[in-house]
Formats: sequence, structure tokens, C-alpha cells
Amino acid sequence: MFRTLLCRCALLLALGAGTAQAALAPELVEGLAASDFSARMAAIEALATAGPSAVEVVDALEEGRFGTVEGRAVIVRGGQVIDLATGEALEVEAAAVGIVRLNNRLRRAASTARAGLTLETGSEGERLAAARTLAENPSEALLPLFRRVLAGDPGEAVRDLVTQAMARVQLASADPAERRAAAEALGTSSSRVVLAMLEPLVERDAAGNWREPDESVRAAAADSIQSIERRVAFAQGVGMVFSGLSLGSILLLAALGLAITFGVMGVINMAHGELLMVGAYATYVVQNLFRQHLPEYFDYYVLAAVPVAFFVAAAVGIVMERTVLRFLYGRPLESLLATWGISLVLIQAARVTFGPQNLELANPSWMAGSVELFAGLSLPWNRIWILGFSVFVLVLLWAMMQKTRLGMFVRAVTQNRAMAGCVGVPTGRVDMLAFAIGAGVAGLGGLALSQIANVGPAMGQGYIVDSFMVVVLGGVGQLAGAVSAAFGLGIFSKVLEGWTGAVIAKILVLVFIIMFIQKRPQGIFALKGRFVDQ
Amino acid sequence: MRTPFSLRLFSAMPAPARIALALFALAAFVWVPVAHLMLPADHALHLSAYWVSLLGKILCYMVVAVAMDLIWGYAGILSLGHGMFFALGGYAFGMYLMRQIGRDGSYGADLPDFMVFLAWKELPWYWTGSDSFLWAAFLAMALPGVVAFVFGWFAFRSRIKGVYFSIITQALTYAAMLLFFRNETGFGGNNGFTDFKRIFGYSITAPETRVALFALSALLLILCLLLGRYLVTSRFGRVLAAIRDAESRVMFIGYNPLHYKLFIWTLSAVLCGIAGALYVPQVGIINPSEMSPANSIEIAVWVAVGGRGTLVGAVVGAGVVNLAKTWFTVSFPEYWPFVLGFLFIAVTLFMPQGIVGLARRLFARRAASGAAPATRVGHAPEPESEPVGGPAAVKGAGA
Amino acid sequence: MQNRRTFIKSLVLSASIAAIGMPMAASAADTIKVGILHSLSGTMAISETALKNVALMTIEEINAAGGVMGKKLEPVVVDPASNWPLFAERARQLISQDKVAVVFGCWTSVSRKSVLPVFKELNSLLFYPVQYEGEELEKNVFYTGAAPNQQAIPAVEYLMSEEGGGARRFVLLGTDYVYPRTTNKILRAFLNSKGIPDSDIMEEYTPFGHSDYQTIIANIKKFAAGGKTAVVSTINGDSNVPFYRELGNAGLKATDVPVVAFSVGEEELRGVDTKPLLGHLAAWNYFMSVDNPENKAFIAKYRAWAKANNVPNADTVVTNDPMEATYVGIHMWKQAVEKAGTTDTDKVIEAMGGQTFKAPSGFTLTMDKTNHHLHKPVLIGEVREDGQFDVVWQTKEPIRAQPWSPFIQGNESKQGL
Repeated sequence: MFRTLLCRCALLLALGAGTAQAALAPELVEGLAASDFSARMAAIEALATAGPSAVEVVDALEEGRFGTVEGRAVIVRGGQVIDLATGEALEVEAAAVGIVRLNNRLRRAASTARAGLTLETGSEGERLAAARTLAENPSEALLPLFRRVLAGDPGEAVRDLVTQAMARVQLASADPAERRAAAEALGTSSSRVVLAMLEPLVERDAAGNWREPDESVRAAAADSIQSIERRVAFAQGVGMVFSGLSLGSILLLAALGLAITFGVMGVINMAHGELLMVGAYATYVVQNLFRQHLPEYFDYYVLAAVPVAFFVAAAVGIVMERTVLRFLYGRPLESLLATWGISLVLIQAARVTFGPQNLELANPSWMAGSVELFAGLSLPWNRIWILGFSVFVLVLLWAMMQKTRLGMFVRAVTQNRAMAGCVGVPTGRVDMLAFAIGAGVAGLGGLALSQIANVGPAMGQGYIVDSFMVVVLGGVGQLAGAVSAAFGLGIFSKVLEGWTGAVIAKILVLVFIIMFIQKRPQGIFALKGRFVDQ
Repeated sequence: MRTPFSLRLFSAMPAPARIALALFALAAFVWVPVAHLMLPADHALHLSAYWVSLLGKILCYMVVAVAMDLIWGYAGILSLGHGMFFALGGYAFGMYLMRQIGRDGSYGADLPDFMVFLAWKELPWYWTGSDSFLWAAFLAMALPGVVAFVFGWFAFRSRIKGVYFSIITQALTYAAMLLFFRNETGFGGNNGFTDFKRIFGYSITAPETRVALFALSALLLILCLLLGRYLVTSRFGRVLAAIRDAESRVMFIGYNPLHYKLFIWTLSAVLCGIAGALYVPQVGIINPSEMSPANSIEIAVWVAVGGRGTLVGAVVGAGVVNLAKTWFTVSFPEYWPFVLGFLFIAVTLFMPQGIVGLARRLFARRAASGAAPATRVGHAPEPESEPVGGPAAVKGAGA
Repeated sequence: MQNRRTFIKSLVLSASIAAIGMPMAASAADTIKVGILHSLSGTMAISETALKNVALMTIEEINAAGGVMGKKLEPVVVDPASNWPLFAERARQLISQDKVAVVFGCWTSVSRKSVLPVFKELNSLLFYPVQYEGEELEKNVFYTGAAPNQQAIPAVEYLMSEEGGGARRFVLLGTDYVYPRTTNKILRAFLNSKGIPDSDIMEEYTPFGHSDYQTIIANIKKFAAGGKTAVVSTINGDSNVPFYRELGNAGLKATDVPVVAFSVGEEELRGVDTKPLLGHLAAWNYFMSVDNPENKAFIAKYRAWAKANNVPNADTVVTNDPMEATYVGIHMWKQAVEKAGTTDTDKVIEAMGGQTFKAPSGFTLTMDKTNHHLHKPVLIGEVREDGQFDVVWQTKEPIRAQPWSPFIQGNESKQGL
């Protein structure tokens, strides 16, 4: 029934192609008005080949202006109710129209229809997008359209996509030669969906017969399957490495500040996670300010939030250091407990001020979506940016440590506090500034996290154990330790996760670190020195 | 001939403390049963089931605090993962309690409820023997003990100390928590063990059972205090204190710190395990969040608040903090984290010797203004400096 | 000398603190005390604080209309802080110390299971408002949330229908605890009964608080290559935010692979950027976007209460299914007490059977005569850009709950309940 409907539509279209802004074919309109869901959907999909007059119907559908009244398909145009069968306005109130609400299926049908309509007539960008949409969801009814497009001069990208789309459809053709050509053409694809389409061709069914009777088609399919699988496996590997690097960059941003403060003062700051949280909340406040006062520049709120997050977190860090930690020098275990108390206070303060709910943080448009690489591999933009950001922060920090006076003092105090004090380094002030910088970097980490994960009062708690592991594994005193530990752990976890699942991977990583520390208690990169009670 | 052990145990405790313990035993074994079982419910001195369970729970926490004090106050080992041993003991005994539900669970099956909804057909191998009370009691001691022994062996052999050690104990309890949250691990996942019906044949909700569990917890606390006092005043205790203060020197003299630390570490874990086993039937549920790092850090704060290096300080700290928590989460729930947080900060900054240390200083001042000098008391000296995990600290030279 | 003083003084100190702690129960004979047992701190505070707010608002509403049997209701709010053992302790306190007549509370199944023994022992009443996995039917509990056949199964049926996308392959993704596990067990049996083989079902679990969904989304993409795939998500709590974000970024659009969630409501969407989520689904018995006079009044009342009581972000507060269930539960309890003429537990339990109430969902809900569950309608909604849901499908009538799912072995004898 569906097929006859389409054939009739195509026929009528060929006949009525000359009339501009003509009413649509009656069968099509009848289908649109049908109360049966599948019939309506079929009619919407048929709009793809119904000519330019269908564009308005698709627009109306997507904008919620398409509906039925007294069994007739109508659209609401400028307050008037237009009958699709006749093209005339009806004497009906716009409010009386039963608007067809879009759900997923109808939305998909509508986008296919639009793609079909713009494939020949749209701008270059539109044609490419249309080709992509149709390539994922081609149907036999679109074959004439495809042939027409290929006969013209569509540009290389569109030609490839349309050829692939045609090949997908022709894979089910009755002619073995066509099938073999299709199987060969599909060999250049790198899509898993295509793989799933080709695989049945080389399988036997339950009775033991080949599903695909023709030998040459089977051979072509097998070749194509091999080349697609190679591409897909490579993409998967790249994807895994990327997610490992992404996780590593987050660990690095979270742990870098801790590494600095621990190296300088020997204090494990249990409130470190809360400094992450402070940075994330600062970003939230900046986002709200931009939303209210500078909505045109909303996309840049993240950039504005960078210094804000840094300084707010650094300020909190300075307050912590001056009021509590300063009095606990030489007593690292007590500082650990005191900072845990500070973390409880900070969490509850955030909860009382901002509410216990998670906060909504929207990614700016240049961080949303992903970049599509080959073989279905898509790398999310926000993670790419965060990876870059972590490298940027690392470079800045390295520059500070190696090239500035403060950095030199920090390194001196880390290596030997007593001697540094003897040669005149103001160790108290260095402590305060190092703590501030460590806190500020944690604030930047919170900014990065706000673009990926939840922002709530207790968000830092999930990153404390990981940060500690990075610091303990990497050793203190050198940035290289934190970097190698963070990225190493990230990739290692992701690889393990592929085999064992997330939880076991995490447990194994923790156990591995515990065992590693037995062998090498000072971490991967350790400062050499003559300390007895290390 | 050597004095019998029990006598030595008692004589380690100074006379005044013995009197206090006797009073406590009187309260626990006589007053509580009478107040709960015999007095009518509207009598002013009646102790409701709520109070008996609450106080019993706090007694278990006091035992854990004493165990923590033994390793931290006297051996200088700060563990941020002791909650794991407590929970392991609780789980070991909980397995027995789950088996005792029999067919009275929601599904009326032989297997515990959570195994039914996981579609398991039989008990996993590590549940064998769990229907025997003796095995469960033994496991509640052995499981934490073995885990502690293995971990301690590796850790102390590599001479991991100070902050690093604390961090990896935290990692250990975190990993254990993740493991137990998995339903596949076979310990009830996030639900944990709950809905207990019977213990040792008696109904778990009967007032007599409640009082008996309370009394057992009190007995455990008394034994722990006696044992603890005995250990720390013996030669063992002196070596331990020396290890806390200057481990390398102790090594140079010829002792192997590994043995001492390992012993006290394992003992502490076993005590926690037994406390956990008594905790679970009184509270009625055990779940992996008992292993969370936050719980373990709270144990450290009990000891810090009460006074490290004095066994009674651990008891006082656990009691004060938990009663305060109960009161605050009822009356001012939004302020409890502030109170707890400031308590941590205040205790480390202003009261490094905790409540007991503060009290002692006040009385010492008053005694000094009187005639007699303070007599040497038989407890371990207060720790003066910490073994440092980083470069040797110099108090703020020049800033 | 010193030691004894110290010891005794510290004992006295602890005892006095204990004495402070003992609450003096002030009994006012002309009020009825009602307990509210929801976490106000900890991980569940995000979800449960709103339930406490709605309960207080409903009690205010009832008191303004004259109270129950002429007496005012007095709410007693306690905070079990997302700590399951504390739930049992607080429940016991509410019942035996504060002498409440009924308790409205709990969210997670663990918290409910941990308080159950207390309610059974002390013969009190609990109203539990959250959708859950079923497999329970206790005399002392009334369940005003959905059982699996009132949420999960209709949702999957919708996904399999033509309208819902004709899905034939399913990803069952959940947080690792009893509700997702039991629900997925029921769904698997249901799908098998509809002819979907196990090879077309992918089941995965992540722990609470899990935030890195890259690998799982990659696996879903791989699985979805086989076509006509839908995801059934029982992910709970915080993890939903990173999950949906990752989903949006990976380009898995709702038109290709629709995701239906059972634990994502208006409150959870408040923390998420909804643009990439358009078209994804949720299944509940109530949506804030439902258009009828009862719902409008309900939302207006709640907004006003939130403003008057300084709830943070009071002008953007939302209502959701568990909140509506709390509202309905309190009103039904009031009706039952008035019918029974007393707050005595057993008499109220008897009077509850058959109670009806015109709920904000637009349907008249009935408390079943025997199985302590509500007859509830099922609504399937699609995420809208403003964080609300567009109802795309709903049942014509409320459905009776089946607390003992016929799809789990061993429940054969319980089907009449």
C-alpha cells in the first residue's frame, strides 16, 4: 500500500511538475490526514519527493502549524487555516485545528522529507547536510532522486554520500550484478551500520544455506567487510586513547594544585575537592552574570570565568592557609584533619547559599557537539578544549616554576626547607603563595569540570581520592610526576575499562597504586635527597 | 611464679580507673537492664528501645575509637581506612544474620532476598558455613585480621609512613567500598544486609536481646580498655611509643618495628571487627557506605576530640561527638556539618590534646597551685612531635 | 588522684551531654503529629528536599482548611542525612519518642528496607511516594509511587510500537542497585516474551556517582549499529547529568536512538542543558506540563509556598511525580483518618482501601482495596527545550499495580494480590 502510494505520487509529480505552488497530490494529502499513525508517517516521508510545494508543509509540521480539521489536512498560515487538498482558506478558527504534535518518529520522517527536498535545490551546505541525513536513512523511493542528483554535478562530498546511499538501497536489489556493485561500493565506508548490513550476506541461516545465493556478491561483501572492520578497529583504538587522554587531563587539572601544595608544605589538603567546587561555582556565577547582563557575549563566559575561578579559589586558599594551616606546620596529620573540617564547612556553606540542587551549566556553542572523524569516531568538543586547556595550564605553571623568582623559591622550599630558610627565602610567604597558586589551579580544574560533570555542593568529593592517587604515584617536587601519573592513569583506566567494566577497572587501578607504592614509596619521579625520616 | 595474666591485666589499670570501670559496669549490666526491662514505659527513668540501641551503637563506636587510639595515639599510625575493618566484621556477622532469616524474607526462599532478585541459584563459596554462629563470630575477627595483616605486612615492610600511609589506607577503604557496592560481589550491593529476624535463636527485636547486645558491647569496651592499658604500660607499649617518636633510632638500637607495628595494627583491626559484629544487630542494617572514607575520617576525629594517647580520651571523644551528632541532626540538621567541621578545626588548632588533655591541664594547674606536685601517672606520655612525612619542618623561619 | 578525677569528671561530662540530648516530649493534645523522614543533606538531598517541602505545604493547606477531625497537623521533620542506618534510627525516634501518627518519607529502596522492620515492630504507618521495583507488599506501608507495570512496561511497549520507533534492540542501562536490577530483570523477561532474543538486549550497570560515560556511550553506539535500538535508562541521581551530556555530544540523537528514563524528572533536568536532549523520553504518572485546573492550582500553591519559605531559587521551582504522590498520599491519609474517626494504625489501614482523590495528573487515583498501591495512569513525555516534558502518549485510565511482577519466577502464587 505504501509503495503504490509513492508510485502514484511520483507519477502525479511527473505530471504536475510544471505547476508552481500547486496543491499536493490528493493521495498524499489523504495520507497526511489519516488518523492511522503509519499511514501518516508514510505520507510525511513521501513529501521528500513531492516537489517544492511540500516545503511549506514540512515547515508547518516542524513548527507545530500542521494539523487536521474535520478529517482534512490543513496548515495554519498567518492566522488562516489553509486546506492542503484545495489550497484554499477554510472558514475555521485556528484554535479549532487539531495540531499534530511531533514525536521522535515524526520528527525523523520530517527531517528525511526536508533532506529530500533540499538535496537538489538547497545551498551547498544544505545539500551536504541533506545528503548526510539521507545517507543514514535511505529508502527505495528515493532512488530516482539519487539518480537525478548523480546525473547532475553535485560536488565530490555529496556524490560520495549519495553513492553510498544508493549502494545501501541496492544491496537489497533483485539483480545480483547490482548487488555486487553495491557491496563493492560500500567497501569504502567506515560506518558500523554498513558493517551490520553486510554481515548477513556472508552468514548462513538456520537451515545452513547461504543467505546470499550469489557467490560473487558474497566475495565482494567479504572484502568490504574486512576493509570496514579495519577502519572501525582503528577508530576504536583512537577513541580509547582519546578518552584516556581526556580522563588524564581532568585528573591532571584536579591534582596539579595538590601536587604543588604537598610538595611545598607536606600537607595533604583534604579540602582540595572543595577548591574544585569553588572554581565551578565561580564559573556558575559568571555564567549567570553573562546571561543577565551580556547575553550577546554568552559564548565567551568561559573565557571570562578563567581568571575569576583562579582568583576566587586562590583567595579561599589564602584564607585557609592564613587562618588554619599556618599554625599546623610540621604536623601534617593534624593539617589533614583540619582541612577535612574545612571541607565540611565549605560544602555545607555552598549547600546553604546555592541550595542542595545541582546547578545548570550550559556549554558555550563552540564547546558543544563533537568533531566527526572517520568511522563513526566522534570526539566531543568540550573534551578537546579541556585537553588543550590542561596543557595550557601546565605550560603556564612550568613557566612559573622555572622562569620566575617565586618558582625558584617554591622549588627551593620543596627540596630543602631548612636550607632555603637559611639562605634567606621567606618560607612562610612562599608557603602562602604556593598554597594560593595550588588552590587557584584547583579552581581552574573546577572550571573544566563544570563543563563536563555535575556541579553541586559535594562535587569535589568524587575527585579527592583520584587526586591523591595521582600525587602519591607521581611523586612530589616535579611537575613531570603529576603529568605522567595523571595521563598514565587515565589511559590505563580506560584500557582496563574496555575489558572489565568501570568499577573493576577503578578497583584494580587503586590496588595497583597501593602495590606500586610498596615498591617505590616516593613515587615515579622523586626528588633525590638525604632524608632519613622520609 | 608469674602472676596470672588476668591479675596483671587488672593491675595495669590504676586504682581510680578501676573504680570508674566498676561503676560503668554497674550501670551497663544492672541499671540499663532494669530501666529497660522492668520499669514501665511511662516511668521517668525508663530507657526506651531507642535509647538502648543508640547507646549500644555508641559503645561499639567507642571500641573502634579505642582501637584507633592504640594505633594512632600510641604507635603514631594514622589510618584513614579503619572503617573498613569495622564494616568487614559487620558483614561477616551479617552473613550469619541473613542466613538466620531463613524463609521469612520477602520471597520465602532459602537464599537471601538480594540473591533472589539477582537470579542466583545457590550460595557463592564464600558464604559456606555462614549459618553457624561460631563460624560467623570467628570470621568477624579473622577476616579483618587477615586483611589487616596482609596489608600491614606490605606497608610496614616498605616503611611507608605518615601522610602516604594515611592516603593509601584511604584508597584501600575506597576500593573496598566500590567492591561491596557491586551487586555481583554477593554482599547485597547498595542495599547491604537488612531485615534481620533472629540471632542465636532469639528474636532480634525482643527487648531482652537488645539489652543482651548492649551488655555485650559494654563488656567488649571494658575488655578493650583493660587490654589496651595493659599493652601500653608493658614493655611492648614502651617500644611502641619509641617507634612513634623516633622510628629510625629504634631500628638502630636493634628492634624491628615491623613486628610491633604489625601486631598493634592487626589487633586494632580485630577489635574493630568485633565491634562491627556487635554493631550490626543493634542497628539492623549494614551497607557499603560504612566503608566510605568519610566515616573513617570521623573515627580519627573522635580520637582527636577526646584526646589522643589516652585510652579514656578515645571513649570520651566517641561519646561526645556521636551524642552531639544525634542531637544536632534532630534539632538543627542544616548546621551539623558546620559544627562537625569547626570541631575538627578547633580541636586541631586549640586542643591538640583533646578534651582529656584540656581537663588534665586545668587540674594540673589547680594541683600546682596547691601543695602536692603532680604524681607520675602510668599512662603513656603525650606525643610531642610528629614523625614528619616531608622535609623536616622548621617553624616559620622569617615570615 | 588526678586520674580518678579526670575519669569521673569525663564520665559526668558525657552523662550531662546525654541528659541534654534526651528530648523533653512536649505533648500537645490538640494536634496530630505527622513525621517527615527525608534526607536534607547528603547525596539524596537533591531529590528529597523537595518532598519535604511539598509535605509541609500540604500540611499547611490541610490545616488552613480546618485540619483533620478538627485538630491541626503538626509536622515533625528529621534529617537522616542519606545515611541508611540513620533512617531506621530516625524512624524509631519519630514513632516512639515523638509519637507521630504516620510518617511520610523515604526515597531509595535501601532507606525503605532499613525502616521497614521498625514500622512492623512498632505498628506504625509509612507512605512511600517514589516509583520503585515492586516485589514488596507490607501491611504497614502504602505505596503511592509506581510499580514496574505502571511505568517500565508501558514505556517499553511504547518504544516497541510504531509510534515510539518500533525498537527491536534494547540497551538496559542502570545504576547498580536493587531498583534497576529488578526492573531490568522484569523487562528482560517481558522482552523475551515479546520475541526479542537475549542477543538483542545489552545490560550494563554503573555505580552511584559515576561520571565518565565515554566508554559506555561508545558501546551503545556499537550496539545501535544493528538498527532500531532504544535505551532504557534506570540511571539514578547525579550520574544522569554527565550521561545526557555525553549522549548529546556523541551525536546520538533521540530520532536515532531514543532514551527513555525512569528516574529523570523535572527536578533532575534543572541541572542539565536540555538542547541536546530534545526528544528523549521519560515515563511517569505525572508531569508538570499536564494542563488541567488541579495541576495549575497545585503548581501555584507550591510556588507561593516556596517563595514564602525562602526556598533557594523559589521562582524556578518545579513539581514532579514523587511530589505529586506525596501530595496525594497525605490527602488520602487525611480522608482515611476522617473515615475511621481515629489515627489508630489498624483502623486507618482498613479505611485506606478504596480511597479516591482527584490528582494534579488529571486522573482520579484510587487506593486499591487490598494491595496498598495506587491505581495510576502512565504518561510518556518527551524532553522540551525549557526542561519540561511534552506528553506524547498516555493511558486512558489508571492502571492497577502489580507489586509482584508476573515476569519474575516465584511470583506465580502472588498474582491475585
